[in-house]
Amino acid sequence: MFIYEKKLQYPVKVSKCDPQMAKYLIEQYGGADGELAAALRYMNQRYTIPDKVIGLLTDISMEEFSHLEMIATMILKLTKDATVEQLKEAGLGEAYVNHGGALFYQNAAGVPWTASYIAAKNDPIADLYEDIAAEEKARATYQWLIDMTDDVDLQDSLKFLREREIVHSMRFREAVEMLKEDREVQKVF
Amino acid sequence: MQKKTKPIPQVYYTTLEELQAADFTLLELQLYLDTHPSDEKALQQFKELTEQRVGLAANYEAKYGPLQHYGRSKVAHITDWTTSPWPWEV
Repeated sequence: MFIYEKKLQYPVKVSKCDPQMAKYLIEQYGGADGELAAALRYMNQRYTIPDKVIGLLTDISMEEFSHLEMIATMILKLTKDATVEQLKEAGLGEAYVNHGGALFYQNAAGVPWTASYIAAKNDPIADLYEDIAAEEKARATYQWLIDMTDDVDLQDSLKFLREREIVHSMRFREAVEMLKEDREVQKVF
Repeated sequence: MQKKTKPIPQVYYTTLEELQAADFTLLELQLYLDTHPSDEKALQQFKELTEQRVGLAANYEAKYGPLQHYGRSKVAHITDWTTSPWPWEV
């Protein structure tokens, strides 16, 4: 079951109102390589993955939900003092008319989140390689986001998230090796 | 569009960050142990930090209220859980 803990995994600070940056950050909220996709992908795959790897998928999935919360916090902090005019200038007019100041699961271009972003093949190698690719794509996206802001406080949290993707990718690669070793062992008569 | 929240003292942030740092290390060790099940040294670190974490969480909760819902954290007043600030307001 799931329990909530009332704190962020890592602090989120911003030094200025920046709705333009908030618009870009939505990519990691409801986009193809974002935190919601990652959390749901691993959460779902874990039901049909070899025993040895269930713990890893559960633990990383939970962490991704924590990251989703951090992205939400960034977006809220970057837009909370913005006027409607400022939101429109930043390209958030369409989002505002539908959602007001509410967040929504869509990417930076306004495309709604879809389960088409995730896969579950009931094949551990297929699933784990999808997971590795997802982490690398998320890492690259965080790199582009870091490049797109000069807010050092915001960059600190984004760099944390980028580093986590690197570690997750490493863990999934290790999981592949664990399963490959198992296959080797099974061949010995 | 904005809620009015009470100003938060600096000591809140330092107490929170101490707990966040311990929890981060525990999470890291958890993921590592998930793929390195025979690393006894890492397991020992994990166990020791788990113990320390109890104290850090208790210290935070004594001052700032429950961290978890559903009866996982002690609660003194009805509104302890529902009272702001929430993590995205801090």
